[in-house]
Amino acid sequence: MNGPHDMGGFTGFGPVIAEENEPIWHYDWEPRAFALVLAMGMTGSWNIDIARHARERLPAMQYWRSSYYEMRHYALVLQLIELGLVTAMEEQPGKMAVPPLAVKRVPTAEMVPAIFAAGGPASRASNPPAGFAGGDKVRARNINPQGHTRLPRYARGKLGQIVALHGTHVFPDSNAHGGGEDPHWLYTVRFTARDLWGKDTNDCVCIDLWEPYLEALA
Amino acid sequence: MPHDSKLDGHHHDHDHDDEGSELSPIALRVRALESLLVEKGYVDPKALDVMIETYETRIGPRNGARVVARAWADPAFADWLKQDATAAIASLGYMGRQGEHMVALFNDATTHNMVVCTLCSCYPWPVLGLPPVWYKSMPYRSRAVIEPREVLKDFGVTLPEDRQVQVWDSTAEIRYLVIPERPAGTEGWSDEQLAELVTRDSMIGTGLARSAA
Repeated sequence: MNGPHDMGGFTGFGPVIAEENEPIWHYDWEPRAFALVLAMGMTGSWNIDIARHARERLPAMQYWRSSYYEMRHYALVLQLIELGLVTAMEEQPGKMAVPPLAVKRVPTAEMVPAIFAAGGPASRASNPPAGFAGGDKVRARNINPQGHTRLPRYARGKLGQIVALHGTHVFPDSNAHGGGEDPHWLYTVRFTARDLWGKDTNDCVCIDLWEPYLEALA
Repeated sequence: MPHDSKLDGHHHDHDHDDEGSELSPIALRVRALESLLVEKGYVDPKALDVMIETYETRIGPRNGARVVARAWADPAFADWLKQDATAAIASLGYMGRQGEHMVALFNDATTHNMVVCTLCSCYPWPVLGLPPVWYKSMPYRSRAVIEPREVLKDFGVTLPEDRQVQVWDSTAEIRYLVIPERPAGTEGWSDEQLAELVTRDSMIGTGLARSAA
């Protein structure tokens, strides 16, 4: 979807302001909000692509105005309510009114280090032959799907060159919508700033793109 | 959603130290949701504590600095990083969540690498910890790909015109670690001494390593 999350190429948000000796958290609620998102993710109620799509489905103005941890919290609430794990009536008072649904697992403190160490690799062994090779010239498709995609708007329709192959990875456009993992080849594609932005420069941008996002140049 | 008007970042008006006396709307909402999720049995509050403590004490940019120092000190390790960064980094004990598929980008006299996630805030947690606010901010996510040299100026970095700036947009699950150029005058330094020169920003590509002087 062409949502508020797809930021590449905007101007008008002002300078990048780095805080000197920045603390990990700025408010006491931030670590709790951070951990709630992680912990609910670990219950197996959704995957990372569904979670990302929930964030980009927030109303645009709310997305842009929110801090990172606020935005993640609002998306978590959206997911919980959509799945019926929490009802809208319960959320603000924070009191249970409806019995809980079953979840796949509830991590204990003892389980957390192993879960962090294992991570969630996105590579899959089901290797069909790669459609492209290093050095191939490609064009990013000009698509504007209603659902989740990781093809940023600023690259669509642009010419690029394959610079790396990463094997087959879970395809977010499918995995975010209950379509299964549907693994596809993942490539790093280099686009020149000249092609992306019409700039007279040798600078470039490398983007990780799945095969269905790309077409061969005739 | 009766409180929509309060969703727009009002908490910025509240000083951190005031939270005891008056909780901001978002602080109240997070607290309410935590009690609800605990009451429903979906989360274990002790597990939340461990998650928070992990990122406060065990995982941060010092991890990445050790990787960079090793790469500077040991050409064989640098080669391993180029071939299989995930395995090379795991050999130092850094792996897992948001670092499952690592790629190391070596800055040199011809190319300067810089990392962004325009679509969300993807970042290599095992080696750099949680991202700083600026990395997740709209200015950085929007401008890094279209005007990287202007963004670098915001960080006080000006590169020679003939140095190519190569920006990496982390759109998939590949996570990038920039290996900055080794500062001159550090021959024979230990890993510990070298790591002191490696800043977090130099591993994102918005900064350079500290000079040896």
